[in-house]
Amino acid sequence: MTTDNTARAEPSFFEYKKHKGILAWILSTDHKRIGLLYLYSIMTFFIVGAILGLLMKLELIAPGKTIMEAKTYNGVFTLHGIIMIFLIVIPGLPAVFGNFMLPILIGAKDVAFPRLNLLSWYIYIFGAIVVLMSQFMSGGPPDTGWTFYAPYSFKTTTNMLPAVLGAFILGFSSILTGLNFIVTIHRMRAPGMTWLKMPLFPWALYGTAWIQLLATPIIGITLLMTVGERLFNIGFFDPALGGDPILYQHLFWIYSHPAVYVMILPAMGVISEILPTFAQKTIFGYKAIIFSTIAIAFVGYFVWGHHMFTSGMSGTALYVFSILTFLVAIPSGIKVFNWVSTIYKGSINLKTPFYWAVSFIFVFMIGGLTGLVLGALATNVHVHDTHFVVAHFHFIVFGGVGFAFMGAIHYWFPKMYGRMYDETWANMGWLIFFIGFLTLYLPMFYLGIAGMPRRYFDYLPQFHGGNIISSFGAIIMITGLLIIITNLVRSARMGPISTERNPWNGKTLEWTVESPPSLENFEEIPVIEKGPYEYE
Amino acid sequence: MYSADQLDASSFVEGVDRVFYIILGFSFIFLIVITVLIIVFMIKYRKSKHPKAVQIEGNTRLEIAWTIAAVILVLALFFIGWAGYKPMRNIPDDAMKITAMARMWQFNFMYENGKVTDSLVVPVGQAVELDLIALDVIHSLYIPAFRVKEDMVPGIEKNMWFRAQREGGYDIFCAEYCGLEHSFMNARVRVLSDSAFQSWYVDTTRVEISKDMLPWQAGYEILRKNGCVACHTSDGSKLVGPSYRGIYGHMAEVETGGQSREVIVDSLYIRNSIFNPNDDIVNGYNKGLMLSYEGLVSDEEIGLIIEYLRHISQ
Repeated sequence: MTTDNTARAEPSFFEYKKHKGILAWILSTDHKRIGLLYLYSIMTFFIVGAILGLLMKLELIAPGKTIMEAKTYNGVFTLHGIIMIFLIVIPGLPAVFGNFMLPILIGAKDVAFPRLNLLSWYIYIFGAIVVLMSQFMSGGPPDTGWTFYAPYSFKTTTNMLPAVLGAFILGFSSILTGLNFIVTIHRMRAPGMTWLKMPLFPWALYGTAWIQLLATPIIGITLLMTVGERLFNIGFFDPALGGDPILYQHLFWIYSHPAVYVMILPAMGVISEILPTFAQKTIFGYKAIIFSTIAIAFVGYFVWGHHMFTSGMSGTALYVFSILTFLVAIPSGIKVFNWVSTIYKGSINLKTPFYWAVSFIFVFMIGGLTGLVLGALATNVHVHDTHFVVAHFHFIVFGGVGFAFMGAIHYWFPKMYGRMYDETWANMGWLIFFIGFLTLYLPMFYLGIAGMPRRYFDYLPQFHGGNIISSFGAIIMITGLLIIITNLVRSARMGPISTERNPWNGKTLEWTVESPPSLENFEEIPVIEKGPYEYE
Repeated sequence: MYSADQLDASSFVEGVDRVFYIILGFSFIFLIVITVLIIVFMIKYRKSKHPKAVQIEGNTRLEIAWTIAAVILVLALFFIGWAGYKPMRNIPDDAMKITAMARMWQFNFMYENGKVTDSLVVPVGQAVELDLIALDVIHSLYIPAFRVKEDMVPGIEKNMWFRAQREGGYDIFCAEYCGLEHSFMNARVRVLSDSAFQSWYVDTTRVEISKDMLPWQAGYEILRKNGCVACHTSDGSKLVGPSYRGIYGHMAEVETGGQSREVIVDSLYIRNSIFNPNDDIVNGYNKGLMLSYEGLVSDEEIGLIIEYLRHISQ
């Protein structure tokens, strides 16, 4: 990495190397290098996960066996889920952009515990290796789905133990990152940056960090109970041993539902950063957005039961979970109104990050509105465990986190690398990806309403039409993805140098430091007097 | 929500579909209004047309107004969803009871007179209560045309009900992932007129065997009706369980109580393997996947099954 540093007071963090070669990366406690370590690891896993997804869509292009056996298919959707959920969307935005940008956004030199930060990455890689080992050990790849539902996960002869242990280990990485961010935000804000002068991405990371810290131990304990049951025959969940399979579902979703907010809150934070910059306008309803972030983080703990409407909970529990699920939709709706009001009467700079941000709002609305169908009891019963649910959570998790991630990387790219990407290719990649995304997932809503259950290797002829369109969409989307990744990788190495501090005329602190930032980010720690998005 | 000729397949369809139309209708309007606003703003306020942004920090009145509107709206949608669901939990007292049993990867239906079938046969217009039993892992009984679904959880007694309103045949799917053959675990509901149902119901022969069938053909019919062929092939290829081809009268290496031994596959062995499948495990296969068929298959039927095994082992 070479950058033009004639005009710089301090060399960029890329230049600062305590060790040589790869050691400069894996021994560095610099939050920016750790952020990039996460970026490269996550992108690698993402490509693997996306290829697995594509294989599934190719299998489903026609009824009957197309390219693989049922056993392989079941292994593929399990691995696809585990990789995408535990290795990508849960760490995703906080680990990459949280690490790189959080200290700069609040005017700090690093996170509160830099070495703990590096340890989180090592735990992440260790967890990932354990998960992937399950694919190669005798017994065969696990075929339980990423949810590891009891008692099937005790009956299967495949390697579900390494997968479960891997997920358990990954949880610690998440907890440590959360803890680190909470302390960083409490203790290390620049002088004058009161809570209500803090930008919205740090606010979102703050809400997320609390969820990571408080909810992750529950899945840890649940997964340990599963290991204990499988190894020592302790009857927690398997009715054959006197356990209760519904207890497993409760414990699993008490974590895994808040985990959806671990994914989506930082995504909302990113959008709240991008829109003001490209509308050249202060965010509309700053306090309302903060309040809705906290409300989502809080209410999000109490809605896990909506994953279990057909599992046989009592009537009262059903109504309570249904009403709470509807309530958690309100703060999300408020955010959408605020974002749209933010671009109203702005001076909109139509650049790639802005396209990602507005298309985020579009796919997030579809994900959210179909969530209402799932939250309502009458309709939930019909579409639960069908392709409708698959489409819904891909719109939220992949649409939400994926589009925000792409927006974030195109937004902060010149800051991170001091180089610019090719805008024409970036826009074309976005358009193809967006069209492919809709073609891939919209037909799944139809398939679900028509009654096609999820995790189906084969299907009846009446579901053929929707599956053809969907598989075709997958091919378009992967094409778009290839264009985007090629453009970014190429530009990071040899794109035009862009050492301008503020290419988009943003108002938050990262735009006041050099591109790429120096080791300690700031020549002098700034004193904050204004709100984060004041354009006047 | 389903194909048009099935819109009145069960008494729940109308209520559930109404909720679908209301929520989806609202969603479309919301989505279109917001999307049009975004596109209009993007065109009207683009930099070249609107070089100076107007700074607006917020509008308390507007924000309170849309928060209240959102609260009222979601509570209304909750209520509609609840009202549409309520009848599904109120099982009428006169409902006809049928036990639905699920195992990997097959449904069976047991009637009060002892009749056992692999497809669910019900009279039109009559409330039917299904008592749900799962023998191994969680399954879920899903009849899309009726808008009903309920998980079948091992160790927990559960039920569901519906009233079919139109004669015809409908799909049953297993909606909860249950392993290798999950996507093949489906069955049919046959809704018959009252008189047709009665004459079907009184005929308690378990498997309908026509007179011109040879005994081995009848044996295969029994295997098929009981879902055995989902795990055991007739062509020698290996699935979850051993193939039927070439085993009868031959030696097999099995594990019995942890000890390896050789047995000859004869009538006694076959009978015991159907009633106590986990006693002897053929080498290379796993324990615990097959459950006992005692009470589901009669001795007479086992005789016919053996005829079939003998036939394809010659």
